[in-house]
Amino acid sequence: MSSTKYILGLFDDPDDMMHGIDKLQKNSIPIYDVYTPMPIHGIEAKLGVKESRLGYAAFMFGCLGGTTIFSLVYYFLVHDWPMNIGGKPAFAIPDFIPATFEWTVLFTAFGMTLTFFYATHLFPGRAPRVMDFRATNDRFVIAIDAKGNIPHDDITNVLKEAGAVEIKHNDRKYVSYE
Amino acid sequence: MSSHNESIIREPLITGKDITYAKITDDILFPVDNKPNKAWWIGFTVASLGACLWVFAVSWTFWYGIGSWGLNKTVGWAWDITGFVWWVGIGHAGTLISAILLLFRQKWRNSINRSAEAMTIFAVICAATYVVGHMGRPWMALWVFPLPNQYGSLWVNFNSPLIWDVFAISTYFSVSLVFWYTGLLPDFATIRDRSIGIRRRIYSICSFGWTGSVKTWQRFEVVSLILAGISTPLVLSVHTIVSMDFATSLEPGWHTTIFPPYFVAGAIFSGFAMVQTLLLVTRKVLGLENYITMFHIESMNKIILVTGSIVGVAYLTEFFIAYYSGGEYEQYTFLNRFIGPYWWAGCMMYGCNILMTQLMWFKRVRTSIFLSWTLSIVVNIGMWFERFVIIVTSLHRDFIPSSWAMFYPTWVDVSVFIGSIGVFFTCFLLFIRYFPSIAIAEVKLLVKSSSEQAKKKLIDEGHLDPVQVEYYKETLINYDSVEISDYKKNKLK
Repeated sequence: MSSTKYILGLFDDPDDMMHGIDKLQKNSIPIYDVYTPMPIHGIEAKLGVKESRLGYAAFMFGCLGGTTIFSLVYYFLVHDWPMNIGGKPAFAIPDFIPATFEWTVLFTAFGMTLTFFYATHLFPGRAPRVMDFRATNDRFVIAIDAKGNIPHDDITNVLKEAGAVEIKHNDRKYVSYE
Repeated sequence: MSSHNESIIREPLITGKDITYAKITDDILFPVDNKPNKAWWIGFTVASLGACLWVFAVSWTFWYGIGSWGLNKTVGWAWDITGFVWWVGIGHAGTLISAILLLFRQKWRNSINRSAEAMTIFAVICAATYVVGHMGRPWMALWVFPLPNQYGSLWVNFNSPLIWDVFAISTYFSVSLVFWYTGLLPDFATIRDRSIGIRRRIYSICSFGWTGSVKTWQRFEVVSLILAGISTPLVLSVHTIVSMDFATSLEPGWHTTIFPPYFVAGAIFSGFAMVQTLLLVTRKVLGLENYITMFHIESMNKIILVTGSIVGVAYLTEFFIAYYSGGEYEQYTFLNRFIGPYWWAGCMMYGCNILMTQLMWFKRVRTSIFLSWTLSIVVNIGMWFERFVIIVTSLHRDFIPSSWAMFYPTWVDVSVFIGSIGVFFTCFLLFIRYFPSIAIAEVKLLVKSSSEQAKKKLIDEGHLDPVQVEYYKETLINYDSVEISDYKKNKLK
């Protein structure tokens, strides 16, 4: 029984890596994840990753921000302490627009980004779960869960044929843990 | 990924030979991985001396009060607001590059957005210090926010542009910071994965545990796009609201409806000049000529030319409207800019901003590094004088001649200003020392399509229109980072 936990195919070119994904999928080898140093368009479609719903979250946060500050300003200037400024109406909607706009943007930005951090488990101090150290530099890494995916040599051959420059059989899932 | 090739007549965005993904990482992280060179230390020493001057002058202001500035009853806003508007304006170029150019899919933004956004953040910090400084009692700065209090509660007045400004500047700063930091995560992870020991620990915390998996990148791109989409109206709103601080008053010279677009154009104009000032030096000192190329320099010069000309049209419109309005006070204000005691400030404003910028029509000027840098300094000076003229020259002689007065800055005024430049450069130099000064991940996207070597490969393959290839080679002559002899040899073959 081999102690390999994950098989990594390291590519030095994003196009070769895409080719590698196709080859693996043609051979019905499930892909655990792909790690790249830059955003490569098209992988998510190949791996069947659903479109992100962060846009909806952003919209909802924006609505929340705009409503919050508009209600607050209404409370301050119309309800709690209406001021008589030359007899003009206290509920001066045009004057409320700048603050409403700014908080719409503020809530959208913070709400969406924090949702992104939460959903992706990003926060300061999180132990990085790195499978290969060069995946943030110059290697495009396809990771395959070795468990149940046998024989390993076949996977190695498929990756090699697709143009992988290096194939690793890692005994540990994450190399970044000490 | 790059199933089609980019047209050969487009200039390369990355120059140099044997560019690989690893080389890009190494080149950009060179200043982070190694001890800083002499130029950095000289700059840092001078800048931190300036920052010390700022600390001294601001402490003096807080100890003795605003009376230590040159303000008087007539001119109640002068150097501080000039400095505030100048710094906020400078910040605008960073957001324009990172947000608006992203929406327009301008790939050349990829190698300058990081440092331009850093510049935005430091410039807004400098701007904010003027506002807090002018409060006199900075420990009461919280009162600008609508906090419950024992006077009623007496709330802040949301009919006032000054309160809009509080909301605009604070939102602008925090959203820019989020945008900048989110973009830094993948690059911090790159530094983390190639370092050891304490350095790795620090960058590990900074990188939030970034791995670069498919989902992370997918969400990252959505977040970047939406942040760009909301930052675009945000940045326009910020200087619009800054201009309303003036435009909603009844002061001749301020009370004009043209102010919002005029200020926004002026802000982008001065901001690009500052980006140019910083990057022309940075690329040389850090050896990043292959990533910040002549195309970047020329494109920024074109934006300086366009926005400078918009500002020029705004100046002319102001004069025409002053004449056409028939308002005596309005007319006097604009005449006073030339015949009054501050005529020299007016000349600096109109001369630096309109006349000098028009030199950018010449390609030779746009593609000369020395002239670009000189003109960027000229624009920085001119835009400072623009705010000085609008603020001080309008205020010092308005309605009642018995109230006319002159404004003379004291050493505290001057020191706060020079000191704020020191603070800005201290922050910027620390940034290029410890942060990846170019967005590594984003630049890597350009290698296969827009780099000089990719284009050279296409030329060598020889299926291209020779006229277009000749045109391309001619554009390369202006590049200081391209060895043009390579292409001549090619021609013989």
